[in-house]
Amino acid sequence: MTENNGNDVPREAPAKILWGMRYLLARRMTQIGILFLFSGALLWDWRVLRGNLSASWLFEAIPLADPFAVLQIFFAGQSLEGDVLWGVLIVILFYALVGGRVFCSWVCPMNMVTDLAAWTRRKLNIRSAYQLNRSLRWVAMFTALVLSGLTGVAAFEWISPVSGLHRELVFGLGIGWTAVFGIFLFDLLLVRHGWCGHLCPLGVFYSLLGVFRLPRIRFDADSCDQCGQCHRICPEPHVLNLSELRAAGRVNSRDCTNCLRCTTLCPQDSLALGLVNPLPDLQQIETKEVS
Amino acid sequence: MPLTRRQMAVRAARSITAGAVAGTIWYQLLRSQATAHASMLRPPGALDEQDFLGRCIKCGNCVSDCPFDTLKLARLGRENTPGTPFYEARQEPCHMCTDIPCIKSCPTGALDPELQNINESKMGLAEINEETCLAYLGLRCEICYRVCPKIGKAVTLRYRSQERTGKHAFLEPVIHQDECTGCGMCEHACPTDEASVRVLPRSLVFGSFGRHYRLGWEDRGVITRDFEPGAGTPAAVPGSREKALNTLNRGGKLYD
Amino acid sequence: MSVSRRSFMKTSVATSAALAVGITVPEQLAAQAAKSGVDKDIQWDKSVCRFCGVGCGIMIGTSKNRVVAVKGDPECPVNRGLNCVKGYFNAKIMYGDDRITQPLLRKKNGKFDKQGDFVPVSWDEAFDVMEAKFKQYYRELGPTGIAVAGSGQYTVDEGYAAVKLVKAGWRSNNIDPNARHCMASAVAAFMKTFGIDEPPGCYDDIELTDAVVLWGANMAECHPILWSRVTNRRLTAEHVKVINLSPWTNRCTDLADDELIFKPNTDLAIWNAVAKYLVDNDKVNWDFVNKHTVFKDGPTDIGYGLRASHPLEKVAKDRKKAGGGKLIDFATFRKHLEPYTFEYVSELSGVPVKQLEDLAKLYADPERKIISFWTMGMNQHTRGTWVNTQAYMVHLLTGKISMPGNGAFSLTGQPSACGTAREVGTFAHRLPADMVVKNKKHRDISEKLWKLPAGTLNPKPGSPYLTMLRDLEDEKIKFYWVQVCNPFQNTANLNHWLKAAREKDNFIVVSDPYPTISAQVADLILPSAMLYEKWGAYGNAERRIQHWREQVSPPGEAKGDLWHVMEFSKRFTLKEVWTPELIQAGSQQFGYHADMTLYELLYATPEAKKFQWPDPIAQGHANHIAEETGFFVHKYLWEEYRQFGLGKAHDLASFDTYHKVRGLRWPVVNGKETQWRFKEGYDPYVDPGKGFDFYGNRGKKGMDGKAVIWFRPFAEPPESPDADYPFWLSTGRVLEHWHSGSMTMRVPELYRAVTNALLYMHPADAEKQGLKRHDLAVIESRRGTVKAYVETEGRNKPPQGLVFVPWFDTRVLINKVTLDATCPISKQTDFKKCAVKVYKA
Repeated sequence: MTENNGNDVPREAPAKILWGMRYLLARRMTQIGILFLFSGALLWDWRVLRGNLSASWLFEAIPLADPFAVLQIFFAGQSLEGDVLWGVLIVILFYALVGGRVFCSWVCPMNMVTDLAAWTRRKLNIRSAYQLNRSLRWVAMFTALVLSGLTGVAAFEWISPVSGLHRELVFGLGIGWTAVFGIFLFDLLLVRHGWCGHLCPLGVFYSLLGVFRLPRIRFDADSCDQCGQCHRICPEPHVLNLSELRAAGRVNSRDCTNCLRCTTLCPQDSLALGLVNPLPDLQQIETKEVS
Repeated sequence: MPLTRRQMAVRAARSITAGAVAGTIWYQLLRSQATAHASMLRPPGALDEQDFLGRCIKCGNCVSDCPFDTLKLARLGRENTPGTPFYEARQEPCHMCTDIPCIKSCPTGALDPELQNINESKMGLAEINEETCLAYLGLRCEICYRVCPKIGKAVTLRYRSQERTGKHAFLEPVIHQDECTGCGMCEHACPTDEASVRVLPRSLVFGSFGRHYRLGWEDRGVITRDFEPGAGTPAAVPGSREKALNTLNRGGKLYD
Repeated sequence: MSVSRRSFMKTSVATSAALAVGITVPEQLAAQAAKSGVDKDIQWDKSVCRFCGVGCGIMIGTSKNRVVAVKGDPECPVNRGLNCVKGYFNAKIMYGDDRITQPLLRKKNGKFDKQGDFVPVSWDEAFDVMEAKFKQYYRELGPTGIAVAGSGQYTVDEGYAAVKLVKAGWRSNNIDPNARHCMASAVAAFMKTFGIDEPPGCYDDIELTDAVVLWGANMAECHPILWSRVTNRRLTAEHVKVINLSPWTNRCTDLADDELIFKPNTDLAIWNAVAKYLVDNDKVNWDFVNKHTVFKDGPTDIGYGLRASHPLEKVAKDRKKAGGGKLIDFATFRKHLEPYTFEYVSELSGVPVKQLEDLAKLYADPERKIISFWTMGMNQHTRGTWVNTQAYMVHLLTGKISMPGNGAFSLTGQPSACGTAREVGTFAHRLPADMVVKNKKHRDISEKLWKLPAGTLNPKPGSPYLTMLRDLEDEKIKFYWVQVCNPFQNTANLNHWLKAAREKDNFIVVSDPYPTISAQVADLILPSAMLYEKWGAYGNAERRIQHWREQVSPPGEAKGDLWHVMEFSKRFTLKEVWTPELIQAGSQQFGYHADMTLYELLYATPEAKKFQWPDPIAQGHANHIAEETGFFVHKYLWEEYRQFGLGKAHDLASFDTYHKVRGLRWPVVNGKETQWRFKEGYDPYVDPGKGFDFYGNRGKKGMDGKAVIWFRPFAEPPESPDADYPFWLSTGRVLEHWHSGSMTMRVPELYRAVTNALLYMHPADAEKQGLKRHDLAVIESRRGTVKAYVETEGRNKPPQGLVFVPWFDTRVLINKVTLDATCPISKQTDFKKCAVKVYKA
């Protein structure tokens, strides 16, 4: 799978193409690596990661847990204690530092499905059949919590294609594939970035954790020639609102998943990964380029 | 292009309707699952089905820690409650590890960490089909009895004389619901083509006779000495006066 | 949960499955019976269960040359239509995935090579190589250099044909059955006490007795249908008592009124304590004792049947005369019993005085009929013959023997340990009908019946079962033919024999339907037909002989073991195995000639050819052997064989008779079977007015027609737990599996029910060793190690200090650990006692 836009990119040396895909490869390796480590626990008794994305053990000692799943369980009327809360805390701290939606583009297995749908859509030049409001996912998230309270079970966890797909991959189960395939078709044929960008309550929940994140896309307004390539590739294009970018000098929207595709694609190198110091005045954040 | 009011109203109505439909379907799906009767055997220490479903985070840690590959995760479209752990005794029963690794691996307490002694677990309850059980037919099988980890407690043998042969006895396995853990060793080992002993969720099999009744031959007929009349406590009054009056006054015609 | 344990468990389960060479882990087979559909297509015939010594009658249902159904035979008095769960699966035992259907020979570069891999060969090639190797070693070592391991699971005709070939043809006595591991002590004690083998009573005793005492017999698992009868008796008569004496709690205890858990080997002392009580309290049945018994004692420092070089054997001064004995008077007998007070025996055995006393009183009660049942606990015993004779001691002292409801009953393990191994005499020292090769008169009788010139039979007993393997290791035996048994799984101290088989100069032939451990170490494997694929007869523990017909054809090129033996006999002419003098005598007496084959001499005789095939008794059933020989060889062998017993209290009925009845208990005189032997009114051999007649001892010096009350002392076992090896190890069986598991482990349902041989131990012992349930543990003795999973909650509940491991599992070859010590008299191995340590794997 390549992320090339296809149209007017001149042929380049393979090394350079690979370099251009470095973040993509890193993300895929992370996503697949995590799956592999989980599967390894089951198949070969590895001791690195055991469980799945809902809750797991890192090195048999550090608990990890999905805060949204736990929140739903809490809404479902179950009081939790012990390991799982530590797990939630660790996960929250981690994503608060690196950005909540880093989960979406670096960890979530659905990302590979929806990216494939987006890539196919670009290749085949399929237009969206419908427009959906991106705020729908907020509705979905709150509905999940309300329904959890009403039914006594974690509402999203029962239908989540994210943990579903993950279980499929790690534990090798049943027809969860069909749901995943349904979302693939939905993204491909009906709504562009339909699932991740419009419906997934988990993504929007994680975006809440991204407010204080350290890594952000730095924007150099001077060099930007407004070619629009970043917009075409970005799964959440509204985060690249030009006026906001100019004002802030970086991507501040919590919807940004830090997938970093824009940075490799930008012909002018106007977009690059930077670290911010979140503590001083949020409006006046110093940006510092890395590498 | 700015939308007209009418367009916005239609769009809003459309969204609300779609949302409401989706939400209702979602809700009904959850209701149908979450209030369903227990239908699967859960790992040792699992809370009551309702609480278990509420608490289980579907992480599969119990499954990956089960040394006998007994536990499985329910699959979407194959079993109810996808993502939750269960086992099928006929395929692989719970071997009742003394250290109960599945409970230790559960992060949410859906498997109750209070359960320390595996022999006290209540995963299910075995029931024997007396028509096809070889032992009930008079054959010397009783495999279920001999493979039971609580032999002599959860399964005992009841001896009965066989009138047909005049010289053999029936050695019939009997399940005791207060002792049976539901591990399923019996169902797994049962040699009939279709198992003649099945382990089901306890709620489907567990029976109890009236709480007011005691077994006379076990309690024996000892008469309480130094009887203390319940003086001071008003006599128990059941029902309501109206009911009696209704019966008396509105009983209809008693004769032709 | 430590992850390492999980991974360990998973990998070890996987490896153990992979290691189960010889066991194709059975998949759940579709029920063939159901597939073959409608019951009206099934044809039924009577037969007998393949498994234990109880001898349940079963009906075999066939359709399209396949056994598709089975049912208990409602007409058979033993089981009345019932079965145990093994019997229930008789229909499936022949259809394992890895059935051997062609001869298989180790070959390299197109010819036999001991280091080669097995490849299918023709029967001709198999016999060519077998013949060459046999003759090479026979020429090199003579008749003692070749051996046949026989079986208590031979059909009668197979055992008889094998004895004929080995003893009459090859003039060797090296044939000995696996029954040596099973019944030899019982046989020796019967001979020493009654002068004739096999139980005086029968199963009907169960319905008539007032007390059942089990001495080292786990009847609940190992004699399932008889246990059902014991249970019924206990249930339907309130006064009946069941007492279980055992070194560990087994399933009999569930029914028993009392359980006496004694330390291994102290049964010797307990019997004496009972006898002492009888004597001291005047509970002896003097009328019976005076009329019908004599007292004897024997040498006591007799060793343990270990190799002569063993330190314990070097100091045993009575080793050479272990079987001897001399008449004593009652006073001497009583004096011998002096030490065995309840207090002393209680201390020795760990059984409380009260329980010992209750037991003695039970035997002493003149109003109470009583049966003692025993099996391997007393037979597999380094003093097995002694402890068997002790049982008769108590029953003879009280006169509670050979009467309805009274008896000392040695239960057999194997389906034809009695019918074949014992009655036919497939032992190294025996001939049919209780005769022995050492006895000139017995040889004369046999030579006459077999039409052999005088002096053909070899007077020197051959090597017993275990000794054969020692001989194999010492290269004293180099040709070894295994028939219907599995010596390389069932013999103690196995590492030696496995190694000898593969590394010493020898040629090993195994006749078997399945790739057993013995087949794995063989050089040539001959595919055998199984029970219902041939005609045959078995004799059970109560002297009941039951015949059956061939129900289905053997698969592929498999053939009945009888055919293996006869076909091989065609490869020998008299001049190769007989001396010129013998040939000359044979030629003068019977017209034999030097180039006559053993086949013509032993099987295809002029008499044999009078038995025509087909025969109406077959009622349409095939006979894959007779169809080839052209005469009804089974019937001929039977009719010839039964000549040995006629008029000698071993009378058997005619071949045709057995096909019309559901078994008969011998002696069958005037068409009538015998329930109780030695007792007037029941046994036709007892003259009127005698009351009892122990005619086996007729004409013997000092004990004419009397049974012997032996005094036997307590003796220490050869190996006891110590600081290094702190546990007793006992081995045995479970209900679900038969012997080495070669059949039952191939029945998917039985395999699933009991998949592994477990290490049963006391929870406190396990805890002390850092073990818990399901842990893999090493069981180590001075001879070898095996691994097994720990079970602390199971069906067998050993006391502290003892562990139990069943021996059916090829992945848990527990006999690598056991000690090859035997009863020096019976040469039966003690599988119940050796010292081991147990630790976490």
